[in-house]
Amino acid sequence: MSAAKFSNPVVRWIDHRLPVFSMLDHTANEYPTPKNLNYMWNFGSLAGLSLVIMIVTGIVLAMSYTAHVDYAFESVERIMRDVNHGWLIRYIHMNTASFFFIVVYLHIFRGLYYGSYKAPRELLWILGVVIFLLMMATAFMGYVLPWGQMSFWGATVITNLFSAIPLVGESIVTFLWGGFSVDNPTLNRFFSLHYLMPFLIAGVVVLHIVALHRFGSNNPIGIDTKGKQDTISFHPYYTIKDIVGIALFLLLLAVAVFFFPNAMGHPDNYIPANPMQTPAHIVPEWYFLPFYAILRAVPDKLGGVLLMFGAIAILFILPWLDRSPVRSARFRPVFRIFFWLLFIDAIALGYLGGKPAEGIYVTLSRVATAWYFLHFLVILPMLSVFENTKPLPKSISEPVLATTVAAE
Amino acid sequence: MMSKFILTFLIAVMSAFGMPGAASAAGGGDVTLLKKDWTFSGIFGHYDKASMQRGFQVYLEVCAGCHSIEYMAFRNLADLGYDEAEIKAIAAEYEVQDGPDEDGEMFMRPARPADRMPSPYRNDNEARANNNGALPPDLSLIAKARAHGPDYLYSLLVGYEDAPSNLDVPEGMYYNNAYSGHLIAMPQPIYGDDVEYADGASTSTESLSADVTHFLMWAAEPKLEIRKRIGVAAVFFLSIFLVMSYMAKRRIWADVH
Repeated sequence: MSAAKFSNPVVRWIDHRLPVFSMLDHTANEYPTPKNLNYMWNFGSLAGLSLVIMIVTGIVLAMSYTAHVDYAFESVERIMRDVNHGWLIRYIHMNTASFFFIVVYLHIFRGLYYGSYKAPRELLWILGVVIFLLMMATAFMGYVLPWGQMSFWGATVITNLFSAIPLVGESIVTFLWGGFSVDNPTLNRFFSLHYLMPFLIAGVVVLHIVALHRFGSNNPIGIDTKGKQDTISFHPYYTIKDIVGIALFLLLLAVAVFFFPNAMGHPDNYIPANPMQTPAHIVPEWYFLPFYAILRAVPDKLGGVLLMFGAIAILFILPWLDRSPVRSARFRPVFRIFFWLLFIDAIALGYLGGKPAEGIYVTLSRVATAWYFLHFLVILPMLSVFENTKPLPKSISEPVLATTVAAE
Repeated sequence: MMSKFILTFLIAVMSAFGMPGAASAAGGGDVTLLKKDWTFSGIFGHYDKASMQRGFQVYLEVCAGCHSIEYMAFRNLADLGYDEAEIKAIAAEYEVQDGPDEDGEMFMRPARPADRMPSPYRNDNEARANNNGALPPDLSLIAKARAHGPDYLYSLLVGYEDAPSNLDVPEGMYYNNAYSGHLIAMPQPIYGDDVEYADGASTSTESLSADVTHFLMWAAEPKLEIRKRIGVAAVFFLSIFLVMSYMAKRRIWADVH
């Protein structure tokens, strides 16, 4: 421990016994970061910020929330009307949930575009997919808590998916519900788990960062850093760059919270849950719509459930489906086209998930679903073999310094 | 490429999901809503106290016979510009159950400002029994529980018409332009001149409907004014923060090649 490098004697005394300052110094000053990261590398810190905002506002909301079918809806209205600035805390929590998903989706697509999932970062990627899964579970259960119509019916539809599992399906659903329908035990356990899971996410985030720091960030060129001339210290260069992203993120979040707080929600959730009355269209929150479209694209219930979970499971094995040694799409002209097709496909699935499952929408959902799996299972493995990639630069500093930078 | 990436994504997200409830909740897209210029829309939006007071009067004299407004307490009426004495007087006109007293009996007493507005019915079953089997929804959140809430409510209230001749309207149902499916169990509530305004404002069907909608929007979103006021300050502050952090970034990065 090089405790002597701190000039403050108190810091030195503490650091000698508990090397927290050395650790901070290591991550901020000594941690070498590629010098060519663009603004797409901002979404990791923004996702971390979102998690912190969600946990802080969530803990405050839990102080005034009542997890009981007879009081949940009313306690949320209490928060909105009578708790000091309760409306602000709740609107921040609601909207940051959506922003969290926007940021994480961009983070994932960034990884897909620049091949950040490839060796030696496979575990870093897999931990990210685990975080994504935990986020989805947390968000789903959080949406149930206000106990509005969409809360109740969303919970009913999604938990019922497990009944598709052969033999034990019905028992699993009863187990999840804690009874024979979505009711008070369901709400109670969802609240308990909704409070627990963000901390699990925080734990996996720590692992995600440990894995990141093993080899450092990937970069837009996708080649390894070759030495000091390719890197800069994280602080102050990327701390200030992250702050720019944070400022823009907070600005957009403020616009949503203060001027369009309910735009990303569904009006039906301001109607108290009523088990006797099904809403005209049950739609999940927008960030689940692509997966909802895949679920409904399959005429068989079990098949739909398997495909929906398969759509995420496939991300776990992505590092072994795409075997091209070139990481960045900048040097993969054909991959780049297919990347944008996948991107459009994902947006299309999201759009279709919000439409009623009838007529042309069903056909389009099937085409989009088929394309999604085709991309990962057929196109990526084939591209690994047949694609002619462009020559890679010798080092990061070479193209950075060169005047003939590959056109963006 | 990257700014294009973010832009494409944001535009796609906005257009695909920006208003997920918009198409589905207001009906099957078979209705067109009248768009009104509300004082509470826009980033500097605020409520019109006189209109809300008139709307409250319309609610009391027209709607309150069937529709509860359970999340509104009398004390909240201060937002409409009533003073404490006026609120006490309004509350005192209602009886609420309290108790038990020292003998263990429940008793009725005049309502106080801290009490919530009593419901016209004891429970949903009584409400249904009195309304042809249909349940009049609580109005505390109605302006947020429907897509395009205020425009929808206004369009609904002024949207009663004679049914087209080819449509068979069942007993106890009414034809409405703004209602999804056009057949609504609520008979036309406002015909114009239903109430007498003390301030001499117009009592046409349109005016009464606009006033009560204004009141209901406040009931659903009582913190709208402070929200927008803080919002303007927050956006102003964060815009400066963004510009300054970007300038700082440029300066710090100036020596990186």
